[in-house]
Amino acid sequence: MSAHADTHAHDDDHGHHHKETFVTKYIFSQDHKMIAKQYLITGTIMGVIGVLMSMMFRMQIAWPEEPNVLFEALLGKWAPDGVMDADIYLALVTIHGTIMVFFVLTAGLSGTFSNLLIPLQIGARDMASGFLNMVSYWLFFLSSIIMVISLFVEAGPAAAGWTIYPPLSALPMAQGGSGMGMTLWLVSMAIFIASSLLGSLNYVVTVINLRTKGMSMTRLPLTIWAFFVTAVIGVVSFPVLLSAALLLIMDRSFGTSFFLSDIFIQGEVLHYQGGSPVLFEHLFWFLGHPEVYIVILPAMGLVSEIMASNSRKPIFGYRAMITSILAIAFLSTIVWGHHMFISGMNPFLGSVFTFTTLLIAIPSAVKAFNWITTLWKGNLQMNPAMLFSIGFVSTFITGGLTGIILGDSALDINVHDTYFVVAHFHLVMGISALYGMFAGIYHWYPKMFGRMLNKNLGYIHFWITAICAYGVFFPMHFIGMAGLPRRYYTNSNFPLFDDLANVNVIITIFALVGGVVQLIYLYNFFSSIFYGKEATQNPWKATTLEWTTPVEHIHGNWPGDIPHVYRWAYDYSNPQHDVDFVPQNVPLKDGEKELHH
Amino acid sequence: MDLTQGTLEEKTGRAKKMMLWFGIISLIMSFAGWTSAFVVSSSRPDWLKDFQLPNGFLISTIVIVLSSITFVLAKQAMKKEQRQQVTIWLLATLVLGVVFIFSQFSGFQQIIDAGYNFTGPTSNVTMSYIYLIAVVHILHVVVGLICLLVVIYNHFKQKYSATKMLGLELAATFWHFIDILWIYLFLFLYFVR
Repeated sequence: MSAHADTHAHDDDHGHHHKETFVTKYIFSQDHKMIAKQYLITGTIMGVIGVLMSMMFRMQIAWPEEPNVLFEALLGKWAPDGVMDADIYLALVTIHGTIMVFFVLTAGLSGTFSNLLIPLQIGARDMASGFLNMVSYWLFFLSSIIMVISLFVEAGPAAAGWTIYPPLSALPMAQGGSGMGMTLWLVSMAIFIASSLLGSLNYVVTVINLRTKGMSMTRLPLTIWAFFVTAVIGVVSFPVLLSAALLLIMDRSFGTSFFLSDIFIQGEVLHYQGGSPVLFEHLFWFLGHPEVYIVILPAMGLVSEIMASNSRKPIFGYRAMITSILAIAFLSTIVWGHHMFISGMNPFLGSVFTFTTLLIAIPSAVKAFNWITTLWKGNLQMNPAMLFSIGFVSTFITGGLTGIILGDSALDINVHDTYFVVAHFHLVMGISALYGMFAGIYHWYPKMFGRMLNKNLGYIHFWITAICAYGVFFPMHFIGMAGLPRRYYTNSNFPLFDDLANVNVIITIFALVGGVVQLIYLYNFFSSIFYGKEATQNPWKATTLEWTTPVEHIHGNWPGDIPHVYRWAYDYSNPQHDVDFVPQNVPLKDGEKELHH
Repeated sequence: MDLTQGTLEEKTGRAKKMMLWFGIISLIMSFAGWTSAFVVSSSRPDWLKDFQLPNGFLISTIVIVLSSITFVLAKQAMKKEQRQQVTIWLLATLVLGVVFIFSQFSGFQQIIDAGYNFTGPTSNVTMSYIYLIAVVHILHVVVGLICLLVVIYNHFKQKYSATKMLGLELAATFWHFIDILWIYLFLFLYFVR
């Protein structure tokens, strides 16, 4: 297919041409490729804010209550004489969690790659509704802006933890961060949920309905399966968070007692009675747990695709991969209680949640083994995308193993709310999902911007990031098992923990180096948009449909007819062909059999 | 059915119908959230075990079922291209929708007369839930009414025909959803104590 849009023989279903102005092309764009880039850049900016916050609170933990010029510069009145205020520490942890989980790893990851890849890989001109897609992005943008504004509120941003448990979130007078900051947090998240739902609805119906001829569900790339299932989980679980948030707002602003019980504040008796914060925890974690799969499944899809392509081998166990995605999605909705083992729930109920939680290890292990067997005896192309994919498998396994410990209701009692938990979830969903996102960016950058990222900077970025990520989170397991609680802004008042102070310094140094090294990536990302090596049409010799589109982005993706699909997405090293990859749109030769998959 | 077949127009039409269905699933999940919170809270010591649902709610249930029937009649008339019939049935649906909201509010008045406000010292959590669930449902009815007004406007502009009435069908699906949702909520509130 020609790389240029000679605009001959446009097929009929691509009729109306809009006149594009700067505003309709770059700002209020309805084109999925532009919306993907908008998501990515907004997510990147939010990510910089989130990482900066983590670097600040890590410095506070390593050198508690010591003056720091960075605090004085960035926190202003929250760091009198450069010493961090305890209230702002909790706020930083809260907003770091919120931004990283929702704005970077949900919207930044799903929003970018679902938008970019769903139409391109299934062979569609665009999403089912370009308009709703645009609305979805701009709602996300609005919610990001409100979240950033909440950082500048007089009494400080929300400080109830990213899980916003009542009463801290339900009583505006409970602490500084419970006032205006919390209100803006709720407004921002309500808009975010609306954005996420509109996006998810679009992804689901696009995958079901807009596939090109021949693209059966069992010929779809695993990326699409992952995005599809992620979107379905989003449609099912985000509304429940909205229910919880509405009840919370009623308690906050209208004085009902859904979640609040008899409570004193500063010696004053409040009128609330009979409510239960545990009910909020149930409703929150019914979203909260599926949310971690909303974060990790797209990364799994990206990694599967990149690994197959860079091993020059078909993905091992294609159907097992799909089945395990579906199994994970189903199980994710019935395990939320493992976040609440110590909330006073019935121990029998706890054992049920332990059982369902440990079941998730099975499909997760299926995936891990399939990735490793995909690599086995492959012709490995060790480019940065591949390195990040392998890094993903590594951190996913490391983090996943501690999940088995935490998922056990008896063992969890000892390590709940310690740095052990922090280490677990950062490795298994934080770092892993970030690796998946980086892998995806390195792999699909040529598709997004028509240029290549610098490979050498990519290697430096990967290796330093990988060392620092383990340097940060590996020692955390030990200080967590020693009992160090999370979210405390200093541990210097507890002689028990004095021995751990040095470990915290080491962790912080790794965190600072790991944070600063992301500047290399940012430089690479933004400079390559303008000065990167120009990309060829199919730089990775991949089989999927997005590489059959011209490098130059055009509205409607393909200049002529949409290609038809004749084979599955992983025809690498097919013995019936001389070349080591056969794109999906190449018809079967005479006598060729489609590989059994 | 092979969903990869068809022209782009057929595919997008199908996609939009399906989008509404998935949207309905997400709305069902949010109401599942509230009703399960209701069930969980019913073990509270201050829970009202013997509350009476107001008569207004019963009347509104009948009204909204009737409005669904009139919407179905409108759709069938559209299929036969009987435009005047369509107008009559659509307007009837609109009127019944408004009557539904009024009878819901008369139900609230009856709860207030029985001595329960939404919040404050005279409130009770059971009644707070009932107010909240009913009001959120009314918000959905308002959205349905706005869709209905758009459909009526488009109908007056002669935009629909027997073969081309996607907007009308989508509005009808959503209207039936809020009807069935209310029947569920009514039975739920009636039987779950």
